[in-house]
Amino acid sequence: MIRNIVIAGYKKTVTYLAGTLILFFFMTSVSVADYTYINISNPFLRKVPIAIPVFKNLSENSVDARISRQAADMLSDALEFTGYFKMLDRGAFLIKPEGPAIKMPEINFQNWTAVGSELLITGGYSMHGNQLEIELRLFDTFKEKLLVGKRYKGIKKGQRKMIHRFCSEVIFKLTGERGLFNSKIAFVSTGTGNKEIYACEFDGYHPEQMTRTKHITLSPAWSSDNKWIAYTSFLNGKPDLFIRNLRQKRGAIVARKGINATPAWVPGQFALAATLSFSGDQEIYLLTGSGKIIKRLTNSRGIDVSPSFSPDGKQMAFVSQRGGTPQIYIKHLETGQVTRLTFEGRYNTQPSWSPAGDKIAYSAMGNGHINIMVIGTDGQGLMQITHDAGNNESPTWSPDASMIAFSSTREGLSRIYVMTAYGTDQRRLLTLPGEQSNPQWSSIIANN
Amino acid sequence: MRKRMLICLALLLVMPGLLFFTSCAKKTVQSEPTLSQQPQAEVDTATEDAAAEAAAKLAAEKAQQEELARQNALEEERLKAEAAEAAAREAMAAKSMFVNEDIYFEFDSYVLSGLSQDILMSKAQWMRVNPNASVTIEGHCDERGTNAYNLALGDKRAEIARAYMVNLGIDASRLSTISYGEERPVDTGHNEEAWAKNRRAHFVVD
Repeated sequence: MIRNIVIAGYKKTVTYLAGTLILFFFMTSVSVADYTYINISNPFLRKVPIAIPVFKNLSENSVDARISRQAADMLSDALEFTGYFKMLDRGAFLIKPEGPAIKMPEINFQNWTAVGSELLITGGYSMHGNQLEIELRLFDTFKEKLLVGKRYKGIKKGQRKMIHRFCSEVIFKLTGERGLFNSKIAFVSTGTGNKEIYACEFDGYHPEQMTRTKHITLSPAWSSDNKWIAYTSFLNGKPDLFIRNLRQKRGAIVARKGINATPAWVPGQFALAATLSFSGDQEIYLLTGSGKIIKRLTNSRGIDVSPSFSPDGKQMAFVSQRGGTPQIYIKHLETGQVTRLTFEGRYNTQPSWSPAGDKIAYSAMGNGHINIMVIGTDGQGLMQITHDAGNNESPTWSPDASMIAFSSTREGLSRIYVMTAYGTDQRRLLTLPGEQSNPQWSSIIANN
Repeated sequence: MRKRMLICLALLLVMPGLLFFTSCAKKTVQSEPTLSQQPQAEVDTATEDAAAEAAAKLAAEKAQQEELARQNALEEERLKAEAAEAAAREAMAAKSMFVNEDIYFEFDSYVLSGLSQDILMSKAQWMRVNPNASVTIEGHCDERGTNAYNLALGDKRAEIARAYMVNLGIDASRLSTISYGEERPVDTGHNEEAWAKNRRAHFVVD
């Protein structure tokens, strides 16, 4: 229950905003060299310096003063996570003892440009009983311009969601993408002594155990509406495919002879691809969400596994051993044409198609180590994005294609890490008992 | 001469009588109440005693024979049990060899080596000798590579071993397969020695 209101008194700004948005699109088509906050071709080359002072208490009554810092830190952490920004040190801010001005015209922008900030986010909040109201504004400090202004209202527990909703607005304003806030990451963890599926929020917050099979459970896959998850489990003694609705207690099990593994949902559809070996050979099949075979998608002797769909669902990347070694192939589902994508190295697996559509991340084994690679879907622009840091596997893209989560043994045990899509800002996502592997990033979870 | 012979004869006849007499006399001394009994009764008792003695002797002999027979039977049983045990031990050894002898693979390969083929032949032989046994073949991989691909590779390894045994004449319905991929290593080390042990097909009697 968070209401999302454009701040009253800024109606003029809203129309102005719509104007800039149109202008922005117009201008990019004319001249890319003009000012853009985040360089689309390599957004992480230069981080945008941003100032986020502590939030201002707007209530008459004195409320829990910790919110000021807590909420500002939460906002700062979420934006820093994206890798786009350089967070400026609050200690250097030139602000008055009574706290920062949070709106125009009171803001003295020179105070902010003087400390090196190009962007400024101000926040004000008030508490009425259990009700929290937050107003947030993003400014361009050089142009002295309001870019985004929003007010959120809800129970205090909803604070994190309000802040992340604003972060989505900020990222949308700056990149044209909705960002990754409100997305989740499913993964496999051995904390209980068995491999089970867990899920946490995009930043590693609030990890939750999702399966309690007490058997080997692998390869989680989110449906594109995030309502379903498919995975392989040995719950019934052999590798079967489980398709589960997360809200309701229903689902299906594909338990054919052999393996029932490596599920991947078709974007926007209640259908998924998976490897089944009941024929005696591992082939990829298209299944309905209730586990019935629609058709066979691969047809070659030898291993075919790990499907991953293009965002339009028209192409499927997969691993095949048809050429002698495991390599990534792309199948055009309409024409049936199959092309080999990877030629370097003798062990290329785990393709993950970028939600932006243009690239595929995968893991490559070479010189005894496994590293994450990114390649254009046309086979051009091969890039190794992890180096000299244990084994790095299972790449998965954030829903806005700006980041990649993966598993790595760089600190000994296998853990989940994240980095930008260009390999910068590599860091551990979370620490849990046991080992973690197989991360799968969901799409943005709408309406919650 | 004839007189002497008669005396000798008389003596021969009297001597046992004397012997009996002394034994009877002893008996009367021993047991007061029998003094009043008739001498005829005494003779009867003597005859009964002799019969009882003979019967006891017979019984003892019989018991001894029975004991011998029993012991022979026991020995036979023991030998039989020993033989059965030896056979069982042999069968167990054959079974445990069947269960414990894995076949191994090269990295990212499911090709059967010559040694693996020999092992599969002896496993097929065991299945012929044990026609009621059904077997699950587990396919395993080392930790390298990705676990999704390894699940498929383990499936291939189990399947190739199964196909080989079916070709040797084992009924396909007696052989099932399961892939554990890289999920159940026998050696959790991170070196070639451990990896080599983990790239295997393992046999389980259902």
